[in-house]
Amino acid sequence: MTIEQTQQQIIEEFSIFDDWMEKYNYLIEMGKDCPIIETQYKTNNYLINGCQSRVWLHAYFDRDIVHFSADSDAVITKGIVNLLIRVFNDHSPEEILKSDTTFLDQIGLKEHLSPTRSNGLLSMVKQMKLYAQIFQLKVNQQVNE
Amino acid sequence: MEKRIPFDIRAVRLQFPALEQLVYNKPLVYLDNAATTQKPRVVIDRVKAWYELENSNIHRGVHYLSQQGTIAFENARQTVANFINTNSSREIIFTKGTTDSMNLLASSLGKLLVKEGDSVMVTGMEHHSNFVPWQQLCVELKANFLVAGITETGEVDLDHYAELLEKRPKIISIAHVSNVLGTINPIEEMIRLAHVYDIPVVIDGAQSICHQKIDVQALDCDFFAFSGHKMYAPMGVGVLFGKEKWLDAMPPYQFGGEMVNQVSIDETSFNVLPFKFEAGTPNVSAVLGLESAINFIETIGNESIAAYKDQLIQYALQRLAEVNGIKFIGNPDHRASVISFLIDEIHPYDAGMIIDKLGIAIRTGHHCAQPIMERFGIPGTMRASFAMYNTFEEIDIFVAAVKKAALMLS
Repeated sequence: MTIEQTQQQIIEEFSIFDDWMEKYNYLIEMGKDCPIIETQYKTNNYLINGCQSRVWLHAYFDRDIVHFSADSDAVITKGIVNLLIRVFNDHSPEEILKSDTTFLDQIGLKEHLSPTRSNGLLSMVKQMKLYAQIFQLKVNQQVNE
Repeated sequence: MEKRIPFDIRAVRLQFPALEQLVYNKPLVYLDNAATTQKPRVVIDRVKAWYELENSNIHRGVHYLSQQGTIAFENARQTVANFINTNSSREIIFTKGTTDSMNLLASSLGKLLVKEGDSVMVTGMEHHSNFVPWQQLCVELKANFLVAGITETGEVDLDHYAELLEKRPKIISIAHVSNVLGTINPIEEMIRLAHVYDIPVVIDGAQSICHQKIDVQALDCDFFAFSGHKMYAPMGVGVLFGKEKWLDAMPPYQFGGEMVNQVSIDETSFNVLPFKFEAGTPNVSAVLGLESAINFIETIGNESIAAYKDQLIQYALQRLAEVNGIKFIGNPDHRASVISFLIDEIHPYDAGMIIDKLGIAIRTGHHCAQPIMERFGIPGTMRASFAMYNTFEEIDIFVAAVKKAALMLS
């Protein structure tokens, strides 16, 4: 599935919920499926600091695609982290760099990415894009060699 | 004997327009009063009236509006002076808020009293605004930053305080009431002990001004700072009381218009108190709004309000204790209207998000008091804080929401 298709699927999943409690319940469940960051990477080096909840993110590049793993100490944040990983995981750097996170607006979670929310998510998205940029540079280098 | 007027909560609530609103289609339950309070109609109207009819720059002009504005402004200063019982209105400095006041003191009182190798003392429960300015002063001057420890119940460790007093800090700054723990510190005693060694004491009254009647002469504090917006007055105004002897001796903090006497190329002389510390155009409408808030509080009665809030807080503690796995952060003997708590391993951010969607405003996180979070080894707390317009029904709604969040997140 392309990134856009995954985003569309998520929007459809959330469209059946009538209220916030149902959305949050679903997010909490979703957080349980998050590809968990390996223990050796759950350190300050991979910590994306937010004011209130913390997010750890790791990525590696293998066979032209990017693999993310993450964790958070707050379960709702972890659910949103998993949504983002679902969308961006196993895609090329170029595809990741081309796409955005407006799908979160459509499921009403835009507030979680505002700078004032200070939960590390905004920084995490930036970090994911940064990883993609670095891996893209590697791809370009290989092409030039 | 004075007839006690019973506290009429319905009549009080009607005075606060912001309480009428719906949030996510639910009636707003506003329990974040330690962050800021809602404003009564009279305060809102006072600000509006200033801009509609009276706006002018004060202290400078000879025209009618300026004269009237000046009179109104200085009347407000006298009202504040009476409210906290200062000796003279020269001891009332208007600032932008408590943070501004603490920065003023760290800079100006710091310059006056602190040298390399000296010490400054605060406590471990301070808000960043009464912690960081002093810490940075010590860094800059290579002075010692002393922090009095906090007990498991969330009170100042008075033995440690006494021990640190022996190091003869040049300045001590203490919160009257903790914005996280709700603890009311025994500041009269702490001030008395400090004064044995002639050490001036600054009191952060941001959370206490709304809780009890303040009498700075009875407290004998050297400085007392509070913010208008935490006592039903507009944002952008703070009051710094300082004993005249200190304010006279302190160098100015900010320079510019209003605080000068004569200015020439070669030299400048400074204005008398309180203007020496009030550079630039003041936030006149906010000061007038503050005066309105003071009159509002005094009309209802400080004692009535305090008694009602005490009942609210006791009820809240009692009901919250029913929640499985609840842990109160801070269990002081004397508590103002702030309750911080956690539930088992639930992250306060998660619970806060759910409680928010039920129309309830509480605060989660470290509340600008990271040192106390570190002391208790926690990432943050959930905090509910009460004002004169909260009700017992709101507490019931809040506790139901807490139970619901606990269920969803367990």
